[in-house]
Amino acid sequence: MTHQLLFIVFGLICVAGAINLLVQRHPISSALSLVVVMASLALIYLLLGAEFVAAIQVIVYAGAIMVLFVFVIMLLNAGAEERTRGSRIALFIGVPGVIVLAGTVGWLLMAGGSHMGSVSLNSSSGSSSFGDTHAIANLLFRNFLLPFEITSVLILIAIMGAVVLGKKEG
Amino acid sequence: MVPLSWYLILSAILFCLGVFGFLLKRNIITIFMSIELMLNAVNLSFVAFANYWNTHAPAGGKIIPLSGHAFVFFVMVVAAAEAAVGLAIIISVFRTRETLNVDRVNLLKL
Repeated sequence: MTHQLLFIVFGLICVAGAINLLVQRHPISSALSLVVVMASLALIYLLLGAEFVAAIQVIVYAGAIMVLFVFVIMLLNAGAEERTRGSRIALFIGVPGVIVLAGTVGWLLMAGGSHMGSVSLNSSSGSSSFGDTHAIANLLFRNFLLPFEITSVLILIAIMGAVVLGKKEG
Repeated sequence: MVPLSWYLILSAILFCLGVFGFLLKRNIITIFMSIELMLNAVNLSFVAFANYWNTHAPAGGKIIPLSGHAFVFFVMVVAAAEAAVGLAIIISVFRTRETLNVDRVNLLKL
């Protein structure tokens, strides 16, 4: 019961923040509502027993990435969004397409959701240490060692690319 | 006990809101934030399925439920790299165009 209540509260906060991101015209307001979305998603991850993921969600996403966004918005002195017409194709094909997709997925999950079982916080059959740092570290450094090392190269390339792109020319 | 489908519906709602933002917003930074919203929605699906397979794992033992969390980790790494490079591109575009409106950025060259 408490689990359901917490899920509904944080899910509603999450959706409200996402809608606010679309409604606001000033980019800094959008960035702050995205922080709300990410923080409430971190709490939903805690409800799913994913402690490590919740922690890095707050540190990496709500902390580092959003600070980068806010920093760039302030650096470029971005004002309120201009009203221009934009792409016709996006408006008349994309938006109905997304509505159809959302309706289909929602209907399928509503209709077939009862067969899928449910998610519980204190699982009796699963292992009790599910989602803690020790278990994830075991997985990352054994099964996923090569992808883990490749991501470090990816980060290095991204750093060099950001420096080259951000450099003033001449 | 929350049904798994609730988490998936929340994930679908967030993803569709992200697509709407991508299509309808005109500020390049807000469009970039919509992409981050879509990535977060997919992460929620990963974590929900990881928890689900932890309790409903089939007898064969082929599925490692925790790999959902590892995938979320990799998605976050890629998102961080993408944010760094993307924002550098935005700064570089702004320096030559003096605008953040995507309708005014209609050439591929910087």
